[in-house]
Order: sequence, then structure tokens, then C-alpha cells
Amino acid sequence: MEDLIEKLKKEVIEQLNLEDISAEDIDADSPLFGEGLGLDSIDALELIVLLEKNYGLKIEDPKDGKKIFHSIRTMADYITEYQRA
Amino acid sequence: MIRVPAYINGIGLISPQQTADPSLFLPEVMEYTTDFLTSVDPNYKAFIDPLAARRMSRLIKMGITAAKIALQDATPKPHEGDFLPSLASGSEATREGLGVGLDAIITGTGLGSVEDTEKILGRMTAGEQLMNPTPFIQSTYNTISSQIAIILQCHNYNSTYVHRSFSFESALQDALLQFEEGAAATALIGGIDEMTENHLKITRRAGHWKMGPVNNLNLLSYQTPGALAGEGSAYFLMASQITSTTYASLLDVQTIYKPEESLPMDEVITRFLSDNGLSPDQVDAVILGYNGDIRYDFLYDRLGSGIFREAQQVWYKHLCGEYYTSTGFALWLGANILKHQVIPVAVRFNNLNADRLQHILVYNQDRNINHSLLLLSRK
Amino acid sequence: MARRVVVTGIGILSSIGRNLPETLESVLRSRSGIGKLRYLNSPHQNEFPFAEVPFPNTALTELAQLSDSEGYSRNALLGLIAATEALQHARLHELPPLRTGLLSATTVGGMDTCERYYNDFLTNDSKNIYIDVYDCADSTEKIADHLSIRDYITTLSTACSSAANAILLGARLIRSGRLDRAVAGGTEALTSFHINGFNSLKILDKVPCRPFDVNRNGITLGEGAAYLILETEEAAHAGDRPIFAELSGFGNACEAFHQTASAPDGKGAYLAMERALKLNGTKPSEIDYINAHGTGTDNNDLAEGAAIERLFGEKIPLVSSTKPFTGHMTSAAGSAEAVLSILCLIHRMVLPNLNLETPMPELKFKPVTELIRDVDVNLVMSNSFGFGGNDTSLIFKKYNR
Repeated sequence: MEDLIEKLKKEVIEQLNLEDISAEDIDADSPLFGEGLGLDSIDALELIVLLEKNYGLKIEDPKDGKKIFHSIRTMADYITEYQRA
Repeated sequence: MIRVPAYINGIGLISPQQTADPSLFLPEVMEYTTDFLTSVDPNYKAFIDPLAARRMSRLIKMGITAAKIALQDATPKPHEGDFLPSLASGSEATREGLGVGLDAIITGTGLGSVEDTEKILGRMTAGEQLMNPTPFIQSTYNTISSQIAIILQCHNYNSTYVHRSFSFESALQDALLQFEEGAAATALIGGIDEMTENHLKITRRAGHWKMGPVNNLNLLSYQTPGALAGEGSAYFLMASQITSTTYASLLDVQTIYKPEESLPMDEVITRFLSDNGLSPDQVDAVILGYNGDIRYDFLYDRLGSGIFREAQQVWYKHLCGEYYTSTGFALWLGANILKHQVIPVAVRFNNLNADRLQHILVYNQDRNINHSLLLLSRK
Repeated sequence: MARRVVVTGIGILSSIGRNLPETLESVLRSRSGIGKLRYLNSPHQNEFPFAEVPFPNTALTELAQLSDSEGYSRNALLGLIAATEALQHARLHELPPLRTGLLSATTVGGMDTCERYYNDFLTNDSKNIYIDVYDCADSTEKIADHLSIRDYITTLSTACSSAANAILLGARLIRSGRLDRAVAGGTEALTSFHINGFNSLKILDKVPCRPFDVNRNGITLGEGAAYLILETEEAAHAGDRPIFAELSGFGNACEAFHQTASAPDGKGAYLAMERALKLNGTKPSEIDYINAHGTGTDNNDLAEGAAIERLFGEKIPLVSSTKPFTGHMTSAAGSAEAVLSILCLIHRMVLPNLNLETPMPELKFKPVTELIRDVDVNLVMSNSFGFGGNDTSLIFKKYNR
């Protein structure tokens, strides 16, 4: 799981072009949206693309994204759960 | 027709020359041998918060940065020559009072973000199904004006013009109309376009450009069809009041589409000047859009040996290249000539020396279809 | 005192009609143009409904009365047809010429041909004639050439409010005395480029759009073109021609909130509507009907609805979105909906907001769901709010001398 978390941090940084941020700067449990990194709705859509492109997981309704993208850890949990299925 | 005065009080120009610092006026000239001229990028991180810049393509950064430089340039400084590139975030911009009370933001761009458009087309052509939202949003032409408004929190008039070599002129005309209507006292007006390798390759097929690399300073020596492509981002803070930062006054702008044979350009220009209470011999310097394309440069020769044979003739596209909003560079040049009362050697086209520099006319034409005139006067 | 600006000609081509009479017929019969994509090849053609103009380019070429459409994008064909109808409707070709401008709006431009031939552009010379057709100016210049308009031309692009801003600019140029007449509006053809783009934003509804419905889930993309002929009153009196409406108000504001979303309180929408009213001192209570932007997205309908309630207070006019008829015509929406608004003035009716089953609980007002006829409609407000927060509101008034 920790490997996935580290991998996800790097992928999120790349997908969202967070140039000045490194994996060490992101805490796995900190909120990605609102406070924390301060990402917005377009970033959420970019993360939906990331999930589909890198993990084959499709999210149809962006509203579902709110829970899944709460933090790096919730993303990792979601991937672990649904990739098994 | 003398309308309500419109003063150019601040300029931000990012171009293939060293122009990003408004306190300097062509301290040196950059020479290139190249397929197309690319702007000298300032340190965008000093102007835009990296997090905010995360989804901005280069064109957007060029636009926002030039806009911020213009606003700062228009802010009266405690000491002449200060240049403070510490505008890294929107909140800083508004804290410094930049953009407060701004009545209009209007941008002209002929092609918008070519980089984002190409990204999408490339993926589509490669058969990719999964598309990212970011390049699509950034490819919309009005995103530049819109993102400037977001950073400045400006809820006032906002528009974008996208008509080839009329784009920047249309934006200026809209602004002049705003001043005349009393709808605006300050307006931020920009002209911005970019060139990419891919786009050059494609448009070369359409015959726009020289077929190989050329030296910009020797542009007119080739005597071949096609121009040297370029790019740039020019933003102007215009206002109805003169301030300590005023460069010049923009009197009038006219666009002429496919001028008839029955009304040659020298007559159109004479009429335009007369509408503004001037005759051709009162134009002290004329800035001409020579771009090295032998098919069309003769249109400038005609004026240079005709109604403007007594005027100081100036050219600029060897410095910035040809692009739809290149008159932004020309306006920067004219405004600085009037402010400093000097015509840099690098832009002189003839060797007449004007006694005074009071009125300047910019004349540009694009493949003899889109012609434009900008009239400036010393404040 | 600024010169009055009146409407003397109308041209419209969309999924609900080739021209103005067919468009009127469709709205009277509550006939929507939304259905399956027939002509554009898109990977999403079975996934979403669209409001495509039901003619392939060959048929559009005939409608445009061109012998050959080599070098014409679908965008240009649509624009040409609608602009020509408008000019002929105003009978300008019969009258001595006055200073006339063309203000056209588009965002996608000639992308319909560009995306088809992009690989050719990169690899060979067979499609070079289409390279310069790609940009926004191409369709405008083709229309200008076809209609012999020379005095002033330009192209605007402010996303979904583009055509409304073209009309607004036309009015300002006429009021200032720079022009006597203006052909103002917009054109947009469906393209894979922007279908993919809107899909990446996840705002396309899988069923026909349902503006102001609690279950709304996005937009239905449409296409087409619409133009108005604007004139000074004096110019309009030449030739004994009918005057269809007066453009009595317009307002432009920027949301300045987010690139794709409106602020929840609809600040930009509020300011645009307020400015349109203030232009000629119209009181909110004088507006009889609002043709809302009403796209069917969560965000727009909530923000626009909130702004309407805040501005109109206790006396909210009749409201409907006509996007369930025409789809969202993006850069042409502002002028197409201006046309529908003017039809309401002329024919004393209010158009219904189709597909509305359960009104949003957040709003006090309920949009009109049935066609209303034989009703006094003197002032109509038409809203167009674009991505990037470019918000524009137009007010059309029944013309009285």
C-alpha cells in the first residue's frame, strides 16, 4: 500500500503539473481539495483521467470523485479495492 | 475626429527582444538566424504563483505576465526606474492595488493557445479516446482575458477579439469606444499570439513563411515570398487621464478590409489623418509593417516614396517577426519613441531626422487583405 | 441621447429549422431538434444526444447557393446561410448602401475541417487550401465577401456568450454613429474537438438537457448560426420595412470566479442583467420574460437562478430556457436565443422550458413548461453566460415609434 501511495503522489504531481511540489511535500492523509493543496474541480477531472489511464478505473459521475479524491490515501484505498474486482 | 483622449499609461511587452522591463527601451537588439522568432521568457514564477500556473500553457503565462507588468508600469513609482517583479500571486496583485477600479479587460488574439490546440488535435489524430480537460479549457480564446480578470478580481467589461490581423486593433477600438461612451476610465488591452514548431510547419504549406531559416536583421535582403514568423504578448493600461507614467495618447484606430482599387491606401490614410485634424506632412514618424514578404512589402514602399517621403520611416518586424497581433509591438515602439523622443537606430528605415516627434502613424497590412492604422500623439 | 437600435432582419439555421419560418413552426409545435448525431463521426455519437443541423455539408452548400464548397468549413456554410437570410429579410440588398458592419462570433471556427485534415496538414500538401480555414476569422471573411460588407468587420470569441457580445458590439457601434447598420451574430458547427472537450469536463447529459430540473445532469450540444440586422431607427425607416424589435438594453460583466464555473451566487450573471437594465433605466418589474441561459448544468442553473431571484426580488418574470429545443449552440447561442426572444415579442408568446419534470427546490420561481400564447410581451431579457465567466445580457423591446 505504501508503494502505491508513493507512486500516486508522483503521478498526481505529474498529472496536475505541480511543478514546485515534491512527493515529500504531500502528506498521504491531508486533504487534496479545499485546504491542503487547494486543488479545484478541474484538477478533480484530471484525477479522473489519471485513474482511468493508469489504473483502468472509470468514474462516470464527477460527484463521486469527492470522496475518492479526498486524500492520497483514499485514492490508494479505492484503487486497491476496485482493482481487485 | 478628435474623440475622448485615451492615454497609454503602462505597457507590458514580452517579445523576441529584451522588452519585458518597461524601464528599458531597446538597450540591445537580439539577432537570430531561425525559422521563427520566439519570445524571451521572463521568469514567470516571479509573476505567477506556481500553483496558480500549474495548468497554464505558455501563452497564458505570457498574457498574464505582460498584463501585470503593464499594470505595475502604470503605477506611479516612488523612484523613477524602479521595477518590482514581485507579483507572484493574485492576492499580491490586488493588495498592491493593481487592477483596482479597472473598467475593462479586452484581448486580441489571432490564434489563441496553439500549444493546447495542437495537444488535443495530436491526441485525436493518434486515436486517443481519453481526453484531459485542461488543454480544452486553455484552448478557448477568451481564457486569457478571463484568467486576467480572475487574478485581478475584475467584474467589469471583458471581451476577446479573434480576427487575424484585426484582433488587437478591434480590442483597441472597443476600448476607445468605451472611453467615448464614458463607460470606462481605465482599460487593460492586449494583443497576444504564439508560434510553435508544429504550427510553423503547417502554415509553411500555406505559403505564409520563408522556406528556411533567415537572419532577422537582414530580413529585407532575401527578396523572396513569405515572412519571418514571430510571436509576442503586449498589454497596455489605457486611461482617460494623464498621469506621471503616461507614454502617449492613442488618438484613433482604423481597420480596412480588402481596400478597393478605386481607393488606394494613400487616400485612405489621408482621409484617416484628416478625420483627426492632420495631414500626412504632420506625421513625424511612420511605423511600417515590412515583414520581408516580397509579394506585399511594395505596399509600404509606395507610401514611403509617396505621402510619407518626408517622414521618418520606422520598421519593427525584424525584431518581433510576423504574427496576427504584431501591431502590439508596433504600439509599444511608437509609445516609447514618443516618450523618449528618440528613434533607436535599430528600427530606422530611412535616415531622415525629424525635428520633433509629435505624431506617429502605425500602418500594417496582412497579405493585402487586413490593413490597419493606429494614430498616436505625444501626450 | 444615444441613437435607438432596432432589428430589421433575422436569419437562423439550427436543428429546429433551416430558416426563421421553420424555426417558428418548430417552437409552436414544441418540436425539439435534439436526437442522434447523423453526419459527424464521433466516438460519442451513441453515448449522448446532440442537436445537429439535419443536413450534410453537400446540402448546406446548396442552401448557401454555392456551386462548390471547396475551401468552406461547415462553420462557414452555417454562418453564410443564416447571415444571408437575415440580410434578405431586411431587404438590404434592395436599398442604397449605408455604413454596414459585420460582427460575427465563433469559438470553434473551421475546426470541423481542421480536425478532419490535420494529419494531411502535417504530412502532405493535399489539403493546403484548408489550412487558413481553421481560424475564427475565416467564416467571417467568407460571409463578408459573400454579402459584400466592407465598412467594418471583426470576429469575437467569448465562449457561450460570443454571439450576444457581437450583438452588443453592433449596438454600440451604431449608437456611437460609426455604423448605420450591422449584421451581428454567431456561428458554430459541431466538431469532435469540442464534443471531446465538453465530455472531458463531464458536463454532457446522456439524455436531452433538462434546464432547471432537480435531476439535470449537463448540456446537450447543438450547432447552427443566427444573425440579426441592427439599424438606426432612421436607416430602418428607409424602404417601408417592418421593424421587429428594439434592442433596448445590454450588459457585459465578468464572473472572475473560475475558468469553468460560476460563483454560486451568480455574481457575473447578476451584474450583466443589472447593467442591461440600467442602460435605458428599465425597471426589473418591466421585464415580461427571461430567455435564460439555462444550460442544464448543476452550476449554471443554480447560479443563474440565484442571480435572477436576487435581481428581480418579489416580481420574477416568466422564465424559460430554450436549450431543450436547439441544444446549446455555444458561440451561436446568444444570437439564436435573441431570435427566439424576438419571436416571443412579435408573436405575443412565451416559449416553454421543455424536459422540466421536477423544478429545482433551491429556486422560488418555476420556469414555464407549456407554450403560452396571446400574452402581452413587451420586454424580453436574453441571457448568455460563457466559460471564463464572460456574462452578457440583452434586452429586446416591442418597437414603438
